[in-house]
Amino acid sequence: MADPMRIRAQAAGDKATVRVLMSHEMESGQRKDAAGKVVPAWHIQEVEAKLNGKSVMTAEWGAAVSKNPFLQFNVKGAKAGDKIAVTWKDNKGDTRTDEATVS
Amino acid sequence: MQTRRETLKQSALVAGLLASTGLFPQYAHAAFNKTAFEAKNVADALKALGAGAPVESKDVTITGPDIAENGAVVPLGVSTSLAGVKQMLILVEKNPTSLVAVFNVTDSVDANFATRSKMGQSSDVYAVAVMADGKTLFAKKEVKVTLGGCGG
Repeated sequence: MADPMRIRAQAAGDKATVRVLMSHEMESGQRKDAAGKVVPAWHIQEVEAKLNGKSVMTAEWGAAVSKNPFLQFNVKGAKAGDKIAVTWKDNKGDTRTDEATVS
Repeated sequence: MQTRRETLKQSALVAGLLASTGLFPQYAHAAFNKTAFEAKNVADALKALGAGAPVESKDVTITGPDIAENGAVVPLGVSTSLAGVKQMLILVEKNPTSLVAVFNVTDSVDANFATRSKMGQSSDVYAVAVMADGKTLFAKKEVKVTLGGCGG
């Protein structure tokens, strides 16, 4: 199981800025190891964000997103106390969900 | 020993199997669009996503550094002020696979996303907005990547 994500959600006016730092290797499938073999791709493919259990955003990522990916987006209508949950799923089927409260 | 007739029968069978898989390509937009993410250039990636021919627009913005010292971590942002956006895309033209990320926009989020991307070399980066009415708008920006890490 992967390490937890760091999620920070701050309300400003009628929306909240959400910043997520995920912990993932994001291997591109382009690199070669010391023996000259290609290191197989291993990266996050799908990301979903939920506000109080309702899906507000989904994303699909390729291997070109950096290691330990950062993501920032704005959720409309989110206020302090609301729950933001972020889920990712990688190409090996591993998945992780973390939740944060809007402050 | 295999007769010619048997060989022919087998190859016909194989051809049939291939045809049937060809008739049913990936279920459109079921989840991860592998074809789009494996496309080698911007045009192919857009085609695989089913987007139309892109038009340059001032209403779409891409933010990123002019010079990135480390190609492994290039902060990129895409945004648009327009309403009715369906998807926002980030593409790096000269990467081995151009498509970096696809964000599906809903009514509950702003069409404004930021993330970090890997870049193999200096290249144009594209922000593409796919509108609900089928229009495809883009903005581009050149990002120079300094390999060697000393900056400059």
